[in-house]
Amino acid sequence: MMTFLTYLVSGVSLGSVYAIIALGYTMVYGIAKMLNFAHGDVIMVGAYISFCTTSYLHLPAWLSVVFAVAVCTALGVVIEGLAYKPLRQAGSLAVLITAIGVSYFLQNAAQLIWTSNTKVFTSVVGLPSVRLFGGRLTITGETIVTVLACLLIMAGLTFFTGGTKLGKAMRACSEDKAAAQLMGINVNATISMTFAIGSALAAVAGVLLCSSYNTLIPTAGAMPGIKAFTAAVFGGIGSIPGALLGGLLLGIIEIFASAYLSSELSLAIVFGVLIVVLLVKPSGLLGRYVPEKV
Amino acid sequence: MNRLRTMKPAARQNLISYTLVTAAYLVIRLLQGQGMLSRSIQGQLVPICCYIVMALSLNLVVGISGELSLGHAGFMSVGAFSGVAAAVSLESGGVGSPAVRLVAAMAVGAVLAAAAGFIVGVPALRLQGDYLAIVTLAFGQIIVNILQCVYLGVDAGGLHFNFLDAELHMEGGVSIISGPKGTVSVTKIASFTAGFLLILVALAVVQNLVNSRAGRAIMATRDNRIATASVGINSTKYRLMAFVVAAALAGAAGALYGLNYSSVAPSKFDYNTSILVLVFVVLGGLGNMWGSIVAAAFLTALPETPAMRGLADYRMLVYAVVLILVMLGTNNPSVQSFLNGKLRRKKRRKEGAVK
Repeated sequence: MMTFLTYLVSGVSLGSVYAIIALGYTMVYGIAKMLNFAHGDVIMVGAYISFCTTSYLHLPAWLSVVFAVAVCTALGVVIEGLAYKPLRQAGSLAVLITAIGVSYFLQNAAQLIWTSNTKVFTSVVGLPSVRLFGGRLTITGETIVTVLACLLIMAGLTFFTGGTKLGKAMRACSEDKAAAQLMGINVNATISMTFAIGSALAAVAGVLLCSSYNTLIPTAGAMPGIKAFTAAVFGGIGSIPGALLGGLLLGIIEIFASAYLSSELSLAIVFGVLIVVLLVKPSGLLGRYVPEKV
Repeated sequence: MNRLRTMKPAARQNLISYTLVTAAYLVIRLLQGQGMLSRSIQGQLVPICCYIVMALSLNLVVGISGELSLGHAGFMSVGAFSGVAAAVSLESGGVGSPAVRLVAAMAVGAVLAAAAGFIVGVPALRLQGDYLAIVTLAFGQIIVNILQCVYLGVDAGGLHFNFLDAELHMEGGVSIISGPKGTVSVTKIASFTAGFLLILVALAVVQNLVNSRAGRAIMATRDNRIATASVGINSTKYRLMAFVVAAALAGAAGALYGLNYSSVAPSKFDYNTSILVLVFVVLGGLGNMWGSIVAAAFLTALPETPAMRGLADYRMLVYAVVLILVMLGTNNPSVQSFLNGKLRRKKRRKEGAVK
């Protein structure tokens, strides 16, 4: 029973990270209708920035997170402006290949800057572990912070998209760009804003992910990025609560699969979930079904 | 010469393609005979052939069928591992001729990869665009992940297979596939000539498919799926056809690749290899078979030349930048109008003269 709870806790922790990354995917996909392959690599950049500021500049942990968020936000806006904006009218194949190119660029640039050696990432969380049931169940400080951060971000974004003017503009753009423009919304600025928010979230996710796992390599973001996309699709792409639900479920499935079924096959199982979801319910658990118009 | 002129354009193009590939093969053979090729380039000859076939087959999916497949290396791995298994079991079964074993390995690799392509394609091709890309990526990872758990060996009693467990219960015999380590102690029987012949076969298959009724249906589906369906073409069938043919060719290339090394790990065929082949296809030009051949050969051989050795670290970075620039250059309306500016002005002047 205790082992089950331990696995559940680590599943929720991992799932919360996936949920934060999935939020970035979901928002960008919802508004720009493009799969931002480079999102996972922005996570990695965020983690490296945090690593550098704490290890080389000896800044306090909270400041390093602020730095990471600032750099990633700028990076997200620059990527959007240079690579994706010129292709707004182009077909999805061209945009997708460009996104892969950006992802590849970030990975290889990181490899040149920070080398491919594994860096030991010191956790930015100072919170002590909590022991429950007489020490049989340990919840680490990282887990608590990750889950809290995830819930906080979720609540903040729900308020932002529902209550603020900019959030409403975002939803309008995701519904119909041309109509939004006619209503006086600056579509390009709104899309840039979405990328900025998504990349800021990616930075937070990167720092939290590396705090839990303590290792950092240039390809660290690629796999979590793809899994988080799976989570976003699972929950229903474009839906914020869907990203939370999909992320948590995927994290729990991944941990349980590697604990109870086979650790070697956990990747295959996670992707198997994606394929089953796409075939059975492509709109996801909480997504809306949008019929195709001819 | 007269016959050449009266041929259909497509047939003439095919003939030119075969002639040029053969000429390139003969030139390289000649250089090799004169000892003018460096060791590192010689070592790359077979992989170059494999990558050319991979690029040709992926171009069939991405360029002709218009679907982004990010798991093409997965089919290559199926071909590599089944091909090696076939070659080694034939060898232990007493088949001495390397040529027979190589051809059998490529055939087995192609058939099994085609089967994998069918299994992946039937569900995946119900999707489109981004979703199809991510599902093929997922399938590519799943295939590699599963292959990492496969243990296969052969002894006097036949093939022994085990999943997730290294114990094969063999009496003597040799291990063929050993989980994450991949193929082990394979007799290297791949040759440049076989690679050249495989390129010819791949070129023939792809070009004949493109110029056939089925090929036109595939391209029509790419250009407008709804319009194609409304004239009674079963678009799923033709998309699946392109996908399975591409998988089969990738499988044959994989078998050749696997038999070129004494040991290949499944992780060699991960996402990065799929992307590398995609880079070849995009740089060569989507739908342009010649471009694929040149890009694959050039980009595989270039890093091996002494002048480029120092820049090896920057290779992938440069590929990424070029990938982005090619996409921006070919798809952005303002860049295109800038590039076509002079051309268009000339055209307009001509049109004006006619009026």
